[in-house]
This record gives sequence, C-alpha cells and structure tokens, in this order.
Amino acid sequence: MKLLKLIPDHTNIHFLRWQWPFFITNLLAMAASIVLLFTHGLNLGVDFVGGQMIRVTFEQSATAPVGKLRDSVDSLGFGEPVIQTFGKPNEVSVRMKLPEGAEDNPKLADGMARKITEKVRHDFADARVDGVDSVSGKVSGELFHTGMLALGLAMICISIYIWIRFEWQFAAGALFALVQDILLTVGMFSLTQMEFDLNIVAALLTLLGYSLNDKIVVYDRIRENMKKHRRMPMSELLDLSVNETLSRTIATSLSVLIMLVSLLLLGPDVIFGFTAAITLGIFIGTYSSIFMSAPILIWLGVKSDSFVKTETDIDRQERLAREGGARP
Amino acid sequence: MLEFPTWKKLWYWALTIVIALCAVPSLVSLTNARWPAFLPEPKINLGLDLAGGSRLLLEADRKQVVQQRLEGMEESVRTRLRQASPTIAIGDFSSNGGQLAFTVRDASQVDAAREAILPLTSGAGLTGQRDWDITVQDGTRFILVPTQAGIDLAISNAMETAVEVVRKRIDALGTKEPDIRRLGGTRIDVQVPGLQDPQALKNLLGQTAKLEFKLVDETAVPSDLAKGIVPPGDEIVPYADPTSPAAGGVPAIAVKRLGGIKGDELTDAKQAFEPKTNAAVVSITFNQQGGEKFAKLTTENVNKRFAIILDGKVLSAPSINEPILGGSAQISGSFNVQSATQLAIALRSGALPVDLTVVEERTVGPDLGADSIQKGVVAMGVGSLLLMVFIFLTYGRLGAYANLALVINVLMILGVMAVLGTTLTLPGIAGFVLTIGAAVDANVLINERIREERHRGRRVVQSVELGYKEASRAIFDANITNAISAVLMFAFGSGPVRGFAVVLMIGIATSVFTAVTMSRMWVAGWLRRTRPSDLNV
Repeated sequence: MKLLKLIPDHTNIHFLRWQWPFFITNLLAMAASIVLLFTHGLNLGVDFVGGQMIRVTFEQSATAPVGKLRDSVDSLGFGEPVIQTFGKPNEVSVRMKLPEGAEDNPKLADGMARKITEKVRHDFADARVDGVDSVSGKVSGELFHTGMLALGLAMICISIYIWIRFEWQFAAGALFALVQDILLTVGMFSLTQMEFDLNIVAALLTLLGYSLNDKIVVYDRIRENMKKHRRMPMSELLDLSVNETLSRTIATSLSVLIMLVSLLLLGPDVIFGFTAAITLGIFIGTYSSIFMSAPILIWLGVKSDSFVKTETDIDRQERLAREGGARP
Repeated sequence: MLEFPTWKKLWYWALTIVIALCAVPSLVSLTNARWPAFLPEPKINLGLDLAGGSRLLLEADRKQVVQQRLEGMEESVRTRLRQASPTIAIGDFSSNGGQLAFTVRDASQVDAAREAILPLTSGAGLTGQRDWDITVQDGTRFILVPTQAGIDLAISNAMETAVEVVRKRIDALGTKEPDIRRLGGTRIDVQVPGLQDPQALKNLLGQTAKLEFKLVDETAVPSDLAKGIVPPGDEIVPYADPTSPAAGGVPAIAVKRLGGIKGDELTDAKQAFEPKTNAAVVSITFNQQGGEKFAKLTTENVNKRFAIILDGKVLSAPSINEPILGGSAQISGSFNVQSATQLAIALRSGALPVDLTVVEERTVGPDLGADSIQKGVVAMGVGSLLLMVFIFLTYGRLGAYANLALVINVLMILGVMAVLGTTLTLPGIAGFVLTIGAAVDANVLINERIREERHRGRRVVQSVELGYKEASRAIFDANITNAISAVLMFAFGSGPVRGFAVVLMIGIATSVFTAVTMSRMWVAGWLRRTRPSDLNV
C-alpha cells in the first residue's frame, strides 16, 4: 500500500529567509487586533456583563423571525434586546440588560425573564425556549476577573515550565507566540462580533495548551539538533528543525481539525462559538509554530552551544560512529 | 524498550478491560436499553446543560450576619447583667459602628460586670480565640468589639444552617436529586435537574421565614411614628400589607425591641383555614420549650397586643384575649392558599439564618440537552471515523495500532468518568471530541520519528525503538502543558467549564497510556512475531 505523505520527504523550506516579512505581518495583525478591540470591542455575553439571555429555537421555521421577535420583546418595555443567531439560523439568543435597580432588588429581574418567555411562547407558536441564563452584575464581574486571571496564570505557568525544561529564550519565545495566538483569536472575535462568554475563555485556555504542543515539539527538535550538529549555523539549524517536524505539525493539526470540523458541522449548536474559537486558534497556532517559534530564538540570542553540557545516548552513538568513520 | 514480560502484558490488558467495562452502563443508557439491576452500575452523570434543569447561585449578606450577631449579643449582655446578683445597672447602650458599648452605672461593679459577660465572649471554636474583645474606657464604659475569627465562625455557622434549610425546603417541593452545596464563603450552589420553572423555588428560597412575636407598644404616638421618631426601647416595623384590615389603616407600628419570642421552636406548621372567615392561615405547633415561652408571654400580657412579624414585616397584631397554653397558634395575614402553603414549608424547614439572594440563575430546557447529546455522539462518530481513515492511510500498520489505541482511549475515558462519578457537560462533549484529536498526536509524533529513522537507514527494530524513545520527551512536555491549562481551567472555571477541564485531564492521562504504552506493546509483539525486514511507514 502506498502511504499518504502530506509533506514530501526531505522537504527543505527556508522559513527563516522570510522571517522579517512574517514578523512584520504578525505585528500588523496584532496591532489590528488591538485596534479592533478598542474600536469594536467584544460582544460580551451575559456571563461577563450581567443580564439575561434567553435561548429560543423556532422549530417550524428555517430562519428565526428576528425582526418580529425584537418588536415582540421590545413591546414589553424592558429595553431593546440584542438578538443573535448561533449555530443554526433558526436558533437565537435574546439578551437583555438587567432592569434599573435590579442589583438591589433581584425580584425585578425575575419578572423580566418570566414575562419575556411567556410573551415569546405566546407570540410564536413554534418557539421552544431552550434556556434562560440570568447573571447579576456582581457575579459577572467576578467571572470576568477569574477568567482573565486563569488565562494570565496559564501563560505564566506554561512559560515557567518551558523555562525549566529548556532555556529562558525558549520560554520568552513561547510566551510571545502564545500572546500572539490569543490576541489574534480574540481579534477575530471582535471582527466577527461572535458572542464572547465564559466558554470562550475555556476555549482560549485549551488553545494555549494545544498551541504550545506544537511549539514544544519544534523546540524539542531544536534542542536535539543543537546537541547533534554543534557546528551548524543557527539559522540553518532552525530551518532544519522546523522542516523535520513539519510533517508532524501538519498531520497533528489536521487530526485535530478533522475532529473540530465535524463538531462544527454536526455537533451541538450551543457550543458553536466555543468550537469555532478553538478551530480558529488551531490555524493561528499552527501558523505561529511553523513561522514564528524558531526565528524568535535567534533574535533572543540562542547560541548553538546552549545545550552542550550533556551528552545523550544518541550523541554518543553518533560520536562513536563519527570517530569510527574517521579511523577506518 | 520493546521487551514486555507476560505479567506486564496481562496487567495492562486487565487494567484496560476493567476500565473500559465501566463505560458500558453509560453507553447502554444512551440507547435507552435497560441495564440489568443485579449488575453494578457506575454511570456518568449528565450536567444540567445536558439533562435540563435549573441552577441557582444564592448569596448571603455578610453584613446581615454581623448585625444579627450584634443584636444577639446585646440581648445576652442585658440578660446576664440583669440576672447577676446584685443586678448590675447599665446605661447608654449603643450598637453603632459594628461594636457594642454601654456604661456601668456603679463604678464598683465594673469588675463584676466584666466577670459576668466574660463567658459570652469566649470562642466556640477550639482555637481558644475570643469571639469578642472587651475593653473598658474611662473606668466604666465597656466596649465589645467582635473579632474577625468570631465573625468568620458566625458566618460559617450561618452558612451551614442555611444549606440545611435550603435542602429541607427543596426536598419539601418534591424535586428529584437536588445538588446543594456551599460555594466559597457566602454562597450556595443549588442544582435541580428537571426543574423547568424555577420561580416557585426562588420564591421559597427568597423567603427567610424568620418569625417573631413581639409586644406592641401601645403608648407610642402614631404621629411620632409617621415622622420616624422611635420611642426608646422600641422599633418600628412596617406592615407587610398596609391595605389589609389587620393593619387598620396605619403603615407601621412600634413594638418592644426586646422581650419577644422567636418562632423557631416549632414542631410543625401547616396551611389551614380560619373557621369563621374561611381565609387561608398558617397553623403552627410549638415544641415543649417554645410552647412554654409562648404560654408565659401570653399569660403575662393578657389584653395587650402582640405583633406577628415575618421577615421584618408585621403580618397581624392581634390582642391576647386569654393565655394560650396549648402550644399551638394560628398566623393570619393576607394569605392565599399558595402563599400560606409556602410559608408553612418555610417555617417547617426552619428560618434561614440569613437572607439569600439569587445572583446567578441558569435554566436549560429538556429538549436541548437530548439534542446536544445526540449531535455530540454523531459528530464524534463521524469525526473519529474520518480521523481513523486518515491515520491509517498515512501510517499503514502503525496507523492501525494508533487507531486501536484511539478506540480503547475513548472507552477508557468513559470508564474513568463513570468510576469517578464525574459530570458530563456540554463543553465536556467538545472536550471529548478534542481529546480524541489530540491523543492521536502522540502516535503521530512516534510514527513520524520512526519514519525519519528509517530514512536515515536504521533497521526496523532500532527505528521503532528510537521512535518511541525520542518522541516520548516531546509527548511528556506537551501533555504537561495541556495539564497546566486544564488544571487552571478547573480551578477558576465554573459548572460546565469545569466539566470540560475534567474530561481534558482524564483524556491526558488515558491517552498517554493507550497511545504510548499500549501501542508500543502491540508494535513490539508484531515485530517479535514476524521479524519484518522492512516497515511500510
């Protein structure tokens, strides 16, 4: 059987030749994300801003009657709802701010969800109310705070781990790549105005882990090659390492993508945003593993003798082979 | 690397099979088939977002606990000093600024006063820390300041009681398998599977049900009350329903602050009807102690009025026509049958030691969850199938071993989840699907390495050996970083996100076992059996 080869054997692409164009593109993309965050902001869900979200499926309709639904909910006088479809065009989330004074008197908010669901059920015969989320301002503030804290801590812990296992340049490089992955993914959320809720923070955390998998594999190979090829110029060595792991990087990313795309197309609609975030992040992470993780090391001044202290079994075998070859 | 003694093989297989078998009950329940009752049934719980139901996050008011404790202390101090012999006269009692202060009138009694209240200030805990600090200023002025340890303990106790009361009230509603637990310092997490309209539950839990009987101060001038002037030793309590005939047209009445009794010493409370008017009332029965107190109060105050106060609002203020000695009483107010029944449940389960407010509420319909599970299973099935085809086409025989590891991995994750009794949530399904994709990574790493070593001209056995050895470093590091983010997610996440983190963590552990250990065992077995001179990889 002829086996599938995604990347031909002995591929040798000079990634480092394009390090500057890529780096500048990256910086521009990151800057664009930051600008987007300031101008468009994130479409924060009730988890983070408080309020109520009611999920409705219109079982008999292909698309949800969004305009009519808006008028219907608006007529109750609680303020204008934010209505968004998610997953399928006939599934919507209706988001409302908490009524004035609800922080002190939670009873005000009770009435609201009840009246809205009753009204929706009454006005639309095929409406199926799938869920009601109600989050007070206090809790939403905490959720946002702990979410950001978790993200920050994850980045720091992972960097420290890399620092312990490799060198500080590797940790700094990984941290830069992680910040970039997160920033670009969040930027995409700002651009598309998909809802950003607690699940998305979980998705970002997952992404941190996976994106780092790739980088670790590349770094592990760089370390191995640094021990193996002492005299090879750094840029050549980095190119070699990225090329050697390219096949694996692509195969793994493809495996995860196969699962994610089936989840996106066939899976539960409620977690569409969550899955989309991870899918998006896998693309960005794969890109940064191939194009960014190695050049950063040169800029941070990794020398080819950073790992000469120890000699592994492989080193010894190769050395013996070399020595054996030198004295026939 | 490729040597596997028989005992090791047997042990690995036994472990795999036992864990995988634990997944069977959960899988069977997916198909709606019956699981034989005589077999053990470890099963994966479904989170509320999959099973449907309501989750409420309740929060207690810390300040209220502190305030109540201050009031309780005032009452105890007054009683102590009055009962001391000789009685110690005090004045200038104030409870402002979170501390109690009073002056002992006779300077010679200061030591006696200190002696009398000292037992009240020692901590209930075993640490020997005081609950209150006593200082004496200017010779006769006592200041009692609650210590932080004392406050913390009081809050902790109040929360424990609150959890119990919440549990009793929810049980009284007849809901199935509610999950009630304390969360952090002052919160209670309540999950009720299957509950679709949490309004009744919220009403029930929103009611503190603190019942008090206090004497009405008949000397208070209504015009003063309207102006907000409080007679000394009194407090003004508003009527729950100022328009009711019981209120007699006044919005609030003055009652004596001290000397009333609390309605917490009850054996029963039920909804009943007033025989004459047929109005809904709540009939309560005191326990021995409460009955005696109630008898004493009514005997000593015949022809006076007492106010029945619920959660700081007067329900009614009937006059005591004769001593009530039977230990039971009726509470009337503007009730309908439903609200009277609710109050009866609340009184039966005891008063909440502190008010609870709903700070977060999530309700999921029953159809959505079933829909999600079905779609999740389909997505996982189709995805896994495509993935296995891809892996087989890329790595041939080694890919087939990877695929076998994958299938076993899925069963093992389910098995471990069932044994640990973890809860599968909606994001958990995503975690599951994702774990499958990521678990393959270990095999990809290994197989790519074997491929490389073969290209370098190494022999088959050596290539396989090196493949597993060299790849294991990266696999280890990669899994550690994943575990770091999963642990943080678990620590900081709530509800569904935690479910996701749990699946990730279990997946990390099982995938290393199946993708590295088990697959190595199979490859080694194959190499030994056939001794191939070439490996198609």
